[in-house]
Amino acid sequence: MLSSPRSATDLTSGEAARAAAGLRLVAPDAAGPVIELRGLTRVFRKPLDFAARAANLLGADIREEVVRAVDGVDLSVQPGEVVGLAGESGCGKSTLGRMVAGILSPSAGDIYFEGRRVAELKGQARRDYALAVQMIFQDPYTSLNPRMRIRDIVGEAPLVHGLTSRAELKAYVREMLSRVRMDPQYDTRYPHQFSGGQRQRIGIARALAVKPKFIVCDEAVAALDVSIQAQILNLFMELREQLSLTYLFISHDLGVINHLADRVVIMYLGRVVEEAETDELFARPNHPYTTALLDEIPRIETRRRVYQGIKGEIPSPLNPPSGCYFHPRCPHAMPVCREVAPPLKTVAPGHRSACHLNDRPA
Amino acid sequence: MTAAVLNVEHLRTHYFTRAGVVKAVEDVSFEVRRGKVLGLVGESGSGKSVTGYSIMGLVDHPGRIVGGRILYNGTDLLALSEPEMRRLRGSRIAMIFQDPMMTLNPVLRIETQMVEAVLAHEPMSRQAARRRARDALGQVGIPSPDERLQAYPHQFSGGMRQRVVIAIAMLHNPDVIIADEATTALDVTIQGQILSEVQRLCQSHSTGLIWITHDLAVVAGIADEICVMYAGRVVERGTVDDVLDHPAHPYTFGLIGSVPSRNERGQPLRQIRGTTPSLANLPQGCAFRPRCFRANEICTNEPETMSISSRRETRCFHPLVAQPT
Ligand SMILES: Nc1ncnc2c1ncn2[C@@H]1O[C@H](COP(=O)(O)OP(=O)(O)OP(=O)(O)O)[C@@H](O)[C@H]1O
Ligand SMILES: Nc1ncnc2c1ncn2[C@@H]1O[C@H](COP(=O)(O)OP(=O)(O)OP(=O)(O)O)[C@@H](O)[C@H]1O
Ligand code: SF4
Ligand code: SF4
Ligand SMILES: [Mg+2]
Ligand SMILES: [Mg+2]
Repeated sequence: MLSSPRSATDLTSGEAARAAAGLRLVAPDAAGPVIELRGLTRVFRKPLDFAARAANLLGADIREEVVRAVDGVDLSVQPGEVVGLAGESGCGKSTLGRMVAGILSPSAGDIYFEGRRVAELKGQARRDYALAVQMIFQDPYTSLNPRMRIRDIVGEAPLVHGLTSRAELKAYVREMLSRVRMDPQYDTRYPHQFSGGQRQRIGIARALAVKPKFIVCDEAVAALDVSIQAQILNLFMELREQLSLTYLFISHDLGVINHLADRVVIMYLGRVVEEAETDELFARPNHPYTTALLDEIPRIETRRRVYQGIKGEIPSPLNPPSGCYFHPRCPHAMPVCREVAPPLKTVAPGHRSACHLNDRPA
Repeated sequence: MTAAVLNVEHLRTHYFTRAGVVKAVEDVSFEVRRGKVLGLVGESGSGKSVTGYSIMGLVDHPGRIVGGRILYNGTDLLALSEPEMRRLRGSRIAMIFQDPMMTLNPVLRIETQMVEAVLAHEPMSRQAARRRARDALGQVGIPSPDERLQAYPHQFSGGMRQRVVIAIAMLHNPDVIIADEATTALDVTIQGQILSEVQRLCQSHSTGLIWITHDLAVVAGIADEICVMYAGRVVERGTVDDVLDHPAHPYTFGLIGSVPSRNERGQPLRQIRGTTPSLANLPQGCAFRPRCFRANEICTNEPETMSISSRRETRCFHPLVAQPT
């Protein structure tokens, strides 16, 4: 929510400077969301290659490929919350996460960080945002520079940003390593000397070293062995308590999301199709896609089951279906579904779903 | 009781690397029965794939099978010549890999590849081979198989490609299929479709299936029996219900306990301590010892496989009888 501008007297010096620079001021609302997304959209264009351009000169009609990887997403995340983001491969989870983390710029729509429009942040405020929102990736092997010692991997950013001094750096890094339950003595080693789980811990230590408020975890345990996944998930939960962190937790594993998220967002082909508190979503899924997804989760309790499978393929984001993107696979599709995209509507308190079935007279 | 079509007995496959001998598979035994599914589970590096390659006769240098027997309908595959093995491979025993492009050739149409796969083992007209290929595609749920035969692999989605590979594996109605993480890279919705196709096909053709995965939940849904591997060894074997409901080996017990659905929501997950072992540097005695909550001095000796009941074995000095909580 936007709150009304405060009077000049209660501005901090940084804000005063920004006010002087003519920027619109939105007060950080203590009770408001840490991150808010409004109509967030990202389009990727695949430019035509030479052959295609040549063919076009000769009269062919080959168009540039356009993918709406994220399409008009509205979402807010409250302080201390863990929001789980799930959906099939290619539905835009990573693209959304990367925009939130400031690694990728939106094509349209806005991100608000503590009530401030990120696109308008400049100078120190921009840097504060860049530090406050960190991202942890799936692959602990490629996300660490193999030529750098752990000390430098973890210590580089906090040193540059003045969170620690050169004299205190060693102690600072060691504290971060203990936080993630690694032996602080390891600070002079290189990434290849560690196992996958340990490298993921190093990645987490690197993120924590800049004192973030918000962490985007993108499939952060997917590459790890089953017995190591539990260790890292426990670490995430422990750190959340200790450091009052807020997470956007991206995972294709709904079992993991069920375990640690407070709220779940389900995406399909770039759009949010359903959003609810975790208990509510798992107990009373509203959207046919969510229902199908929940039915398909393999569970250790279910033996020799007969799999049904959602019929149909995941459609290509290059050429999405009309109307409701799910209609070619939906067992409840009606004529209207082919024509009109259903908007996200509140179906119960805190529970939104985008499906025409909710408009039918009961 | 259905007859075993494949018996693996005390299989040992080692890699003779410059850094030393890697005992990737060290005393693995199990049997595969017609129309039944054996789940082979274990963490990365536990020797699941090498077990599969060993059965297929596909162990590459510097690896070598150094011990054991692999009996296919009573014949020891390890005693066969390469031409004899080639006749079985792909027709009587087939393997499906995690990456469908290990099987498919990117520059050839699906038709060309499938017709060749048919003709490699059964002489017939190209036309008949083409019909066989088309029917196989239809069986695994690929719509308009006639048209799809003309496509190249890149024109299929990942899930569809994996179906094509399954269709190729089923072309000669094999006795055994080894599926190595065949659905791991796929979305749950697509995974469900493929599991259901595979289940149906194996049952109707009485094919024995070895389903290799690190995912206990997938195995729970598809397998009749489970082998749990750790550091190259089978540490536990039994029916799905016995192993998952009453794990005997502390490692299996720990793995099952750490599954989120077996834990209270929001509470710390029960976890196995320590890290996955490096085969180059195993502890003395039981390989699980440094991570085991039941370890004592005896465990510095190597535990032998012992039978708990019929068709149920574990390799541990202190097996658990208690149910996981
Ligand atoms: N840099 C890029 N250039 C072009 N297209 C891209 C780019 N990044 C992502 N896309 C496309 O955007 C869509 C969404 O991709 P994204 O990686 O966000 O999906 P995802 O939900 O994270 O999938 P996964 O579960 O496989 O990680 C896909 O169709 C993808 O091909
Ligand atoms: N060509 C090779 N040279 C040396 N060691 C090898 C070779 N191939 C496999 N190994 C070793 O054999 C062991 C077993 O590997 P394998 O691929 O069977 O594991 P896996 O259980 O299939 O693991 P994953 O789940 O990661 O696929 C590993 O420690 C591996 O390093
Ligand atoms: S809008 Fe129609 S097609 Fe889409 S999920 Fe609802 S019922 Fe199915
Ligand atoms: S033999 Fe000993 S160390 Fe190994 S699993 Fe059994 S109790 Fe644990
Ligand atoms: Mg992704
Ligand atoms: Mg493998």
